[in-house]
Amino acid sequence: MTARAVTEATFEQEVLNNDKAVLVDFWAEWCGPCRAVSPILDQIASEHSEKLDIVKLNVDENPNLAMKYQITAIPAFKVFEKGEVVKTVIGAKPKPALEADLAAYIH
Amino acid sequence: MRDIIIIGSGPAGFTAAIYAARAELKPLLIASSVEIGGELMNTTEVENFPGFPEAIMGPDLMGKMQAQAERFGTEVVYDDVVELELEGPVKRVELGSGEVHEAKSLIFATGSAYRKLGLPEEEVLSGHGLSWCATCDGFFFREKQIAVVGGGDSAMEEATFLTRFADKVYVIHRRDSLKASKIMQQRAFDNPKIEFIWNSEVAAIHGDGQVNGVTLRDTVTGDVRALDLDGLFVAIGNDPRTHLVHGKLDLTPEGTIAVHGRSSRTSVAGVFAAGDVIDPFYRQAVTAAGSGTVAALDAEHYLAALEDTSSPEEAESESEAAEEAAAIARFAEVN
Repeated sequence: MTARAVTEATFEQEVLNNDKAVLVDFWAEWCGPCRAVSPILDQIASEHSEKLDIVKLNVDENPNLAMKYQITAIPAFKVFEKGEVVKTVIGAKPKPALEADLAAYIH
Repeated sequence: MRDIIIIGSGPAGFTAAIYAARAELKPLLIASSVEIGGELMNTTEVENFPGFPEAIMGPDLMGKMQAQAERFGTEVVYDDVVELELEGPVKRVELGSGEVHEAKSLIFATGSAYRKLGLPEEEVLSGHGLSWCATCDGFFFREKQIAVVGGGDSAMEEATFLTRFADKVYVIHRRDSLKASKIMQQRAFDNPKIEFIWNSEVAAIHGDGQVNGVTLRDTVTGDVRALDLDGLFVAIGNDPRTHLVHGKLDLTPEGTIAVHGRSSRTSVAGVFAAGDVIDPFYRQAVTAAGSGTVAALDAEHYLAALEDTSSPEEAESESEAAEEAAAIARFAEVN
């Protein structure tokens, strides 16, 4: 399963009003580590779809949201629960490390 | 069991793979899970790789190297090595997934990792205005005041690149002259947005949740002063990535993996090393590629000698002797 894309137009509905916890992957085409970590997020998305929704937000195309959430380094992963950021992870990491960071939301 | 496993996916790893694959050794290349392609993946234009007179983007160059390695039968695995067994005739490589691969020979080409400033606030501010990747994070510093720490080619490239976004880019350097190549220096000197702060080091980074400045210490007088900044990019060099082989392979005083002479042979028979992980001085994409070639050829000789002997040590000394004989013959020929 590939994590689906969200935009400034769909962010409220897909992320802020989501009943489940949602991980937003802030990324861009020109960011090598973002592209490298993308398949790992897809894997986590399909393995834990019942607990955690994973979506991607392109910062190049959605700069207002990147600014709102004070993104200054990518890839940045923010977990939202009931519209609030509850966890931030920055930087591309191997799958076991990312799963450890997200343990509270996938187990 | 495989003939050869290559660990690393930078210019050294992929070039070793091209040679090993063309020698029909069917190499397995462990590319890492999130750093595939190595350091060049985070650079923009590569202007000094021969054959690309118009320059080539770092990620494009690495994509081409990988395609070339795969074209001849290299198998690429996107995972990280977590454990290595190097002694004896069977080299054992354990991956993050738990998968284990075995081979008669191994090429270690893990490159180097960004050097940190060594300040306590580095960890918390990392990703919050403190960055190691200008190409990734420059975008977020539009019309901001930022600084690059370092005096080498990477620092000059980052500073020049960052002027696309930032209003002002300081270059903070410990000395009063640069290590960077003349062309990179000149480009930075000519850029009106770049200002050099000489003989200075970062003594502290300020910011509560987000970088807002640094304390600079003059390396000559010891005087300190504050500088307001929105972001700080660190490019002060790299350290060889050897944690997987500590206690297993001999290292040099510089911390790189020790190799015999101009070869790639490490202190363990059947284990070869190439690229930045053996090179404390040159550390270029081209020298890494050349070093990868050496490692593949050394491994090929070793595997051929292994066919005729019983132990890895014998194979090693035999291939070594054969190489020396060949070198002497070549020398005699040209003289």
